[in-house]
Amino acid sequence: MTQFTLPTAPSPLILEDVIIRHGDQTLVAVDARVPPGEVLTLMGPSGVGKSTLLAQVAGFLAPVFQASGRIRLGDDDLTRRPPERRRLGLLFQDPLLFPHLSVGGNLAFGMPVGGGRRRRRQAVEAALADIGLAGFADRDPATLSGGQRARVALMRVLLAEPRAMLLDEPFSKLDAALRDEMRRLVFARIRARGLPTLMVTHDRDDAEAAGGRVIELA
Amino acid sequence: MSGFTLGVRLLPRLTILLLVLPVAAGLVGVVAPAFGWLPALGGRTWTLAHWQALWQAPGLADMLRLSLVTGLASTLLALAIVLLFLAAFLETPLFRVVRRLLSPLLAVPHAAAAIGLAFLLTPSGLASRLFSPWLTGWTQPPDYLFPGDPGGLALIAGLVLKEVPFLLLMSLAALPQCQARERLMVARALGYGPVSAFAKAVLPGLYPLIRLPVYAVIAFATSTVEVALILGPSTPPTLAVAVVRWLGDPDLSLRFLASAGALLQLAATALALLAWWGAECLVRRLAAGWLIDGGRRRGEATGRVLGATLTWLAIGLLGASLAGLILWSLAAYWPFPAAWPSPMTLRTWREAADTALGPLRHTASIGLGATALSVVLVVGCLEAETLRRRPLRPGAQLILYLPLLVPPVAFLYGLVQLQAQLGLAAGWLAVTLGHSLFVLPYVFLSLAESYRRLDPRWGQVAAALGASRAATFRRVRLPMLAGPIAVAAAVGFAVSVGQYLPTLLLGAGRLATLTTEAVSLASGGDRRLTAVYALGQLALPALGFALALGLPRFLFRHRRQLLT
Repeated sequence: MTQFTLPTAPSPLILEDVIIRHGDQTLVAVDARVPPGEVLTLMGPSGVGKSTLLAQVAGFLAPVFQASGRIRLGDDDLTRRPPERRRLGLLFQDPLLFPHLSVGGNLAFGMPVGGGRRRRRQAVEAALADIGLAGFADRDPATLSGGQRARVALMRVLLAEPRAMLLDEPFSKLDAALRDEMRRLVFARIRARGLPTLMVTHDRDDAEAAGGRVIELA
Repeated sequence: MSGFTLGVRLLPRLTILLLVLPVAAGLVGVVAPAFGWLPALGGRTWTLAHWQALWQAPGLADMLRLSLVTGLASTLLALAIVLLFLAAFLETPLFRVVRRLLSPLLAVPHAAAAIGLAFLLTPSGLASRLFSPWLTGWTQPPDYLFPGDPGGLALIAGLVLKEVPFLLLMSLAALPQCQARERLMVARALGYGPVSAFAKAVLPGLYPLIRLPVYAVIAFATSTVEVALILGPSTPPTLAVAVVRWLGDPDLSLRFLASAGALLQLAATALALLAWWGAECLVRRLAAGWLIDGGRRRGEATGRVLGATLTWLAIGLLGASLAGLILWSLAAYWPFPAAWPSPMTLRTWREAADTALGPLRHTASIGLGATALSVVLVVGCLEAETLRRRPLRPGAQLILYLPLLVPPVAFLYGLVQLQAQLGLAAGWLAVTLGHSLFVLPYVFLSLAESYRRLDPRWGQVAAALGASRAATFRRVRLPMLAGPIAVAAAVGFAVSVGQYLPTLLLGAGRLATLTTEAVSLASGGDRRLTAVYALGQLALPALGFALALGLPRFLFRHRRQLLT
């Protein structure tokens, strides 16, 4: 485990009448409350606007869409805040490790500022050991296997101390064997930290592994 | 192998030959005279005397310093403006606006921009008129030296103004290649402000992709002749201007000195590139810790304000320069400090119409010739790449940049020597081939991305339907890429229109174009006529871009999907 502690007690993630439109057409409409440590899964085939909803929650909605409703974390209204001030952990379909940084550098990139060079290095080593990659700090991310990259990407997000998690089809690009292992890892971490989580996926197994509520979009 | 495939296979080699041979031959052709060997002028002994003469040339140290300082300072400033702009505005609505403003600005020839800036900022220029007398109290033009200040500030400003659009365009092409969007999103989701996210997550991936364009800017800025003639100091001038003066001197013995000077220019540009490369290494070392220290918002507001201010300042200066040119061209009597000429008249335009017709014809025919040759070669190279399903090797990429990295002053005179020895007449053909050297790289740079990004499955569909390679190229790839090819041709035409030195040297001074006329008029006193030539020089490329954008839209008006 890392030595960073959560600065505030976890709050629920609340989507209050969130509706996303494209022109006259309504893409998604969701009204939901995700308690700390639970996963809300949005299921549906591709093209129904699942990822668009996630983009709206994260703060990256493309200007061609119009959104209404509010996004809150407890009493904290995030709706109009720029993405970098929302402190939500966003895990993408691809690991997207920075190719210009080492594996350790990618993790340090996620850590909050401060702590001095040596302390930061120790925290990186500890985080790597935590995901079974002890001694990988100086490796080039390009030399890692798919599963290893996915674990580093998860740890990078967790090190940034998010207040909630957003998962965008996080397991779809992994081999079947790795997928199970990664699901267990991700959901265990989310529960341990008590993070409310919103996941979009088209894979029913993801929803079952998450074990929370499922909303079907069509 | 069909004739088509064979032809396409040969074109890359022909292109490389066309780029390497003149540059190499030109450099060789300048080495011999620098060491005393030029039988045509009676030089039959190898000697270092001309180098000694060069060392003793008055003001040599100042010339060198001026070339290096203005070249490096303008590149640094232009790059800083571009990066700050990207950091502050990437993925915002304003970004798209500036992007649209930018491509036409790229078409403004160097000389026209320099003349516009000179007319704007000179003591009796538009800028001081706008603030006089109500703010400054000036009723007479104030007494300051601009352009032509000994420190080269005017020259730096002019270079920055022209290099910003170029570097920005190159960066825009490189951004998707380094997954800038994804990098930015990851960093911002991790809590990084836009400026920090750009600096720490995008820039390390972007810079390696724009390194060659940056080097090309350094090479141009340290060795430019036309911009330095218009905006730079005259005693002493920059080294490149001094070399051109020696070349043009009626005293033919100065050609030896000029050759030594041309080689020194090559060394000076190499030194500037080396210094920049050293600074790159230093920055990379120093920034390694900063990249991963977790700082997410430092300097965020400063970066945004600076980025916005500098971008609009650059766009504003260019815009005001062009507005000033238009006013001057229409002015009859325009006393200081009136901000508006009155009465306005078309007299200067009418007068120029007779004399400018010849230069206009030359400019257009040379530009069309050089562009046509370059487009054929570039499309051939890219088609060969497609057939071989393998992109250019890094070495070939470097060769494309060769004419942009070697200062033209250094090899063009050598080419003139060879031209004389081989008995080739100076004139249209030599100038057009010379222009192609500089047009071809730009055509390649602007077309390569679109050509490579075209979905290979279109070709596979055509082949599966039984089309030969030639038919696939002619009936599928060519029409689908008509838009990008037209734009690349417009870029090439604009580059040709802007060429000064190749026209002057390879045409033996006898082939007048709008650019050579504008540059020589700029040093004279007639601002009205100069403005007309500068605007004409600007109108031709603008017309080219209008055609390039409009023609495909018209031809494919019933093929909506092609027009995205």
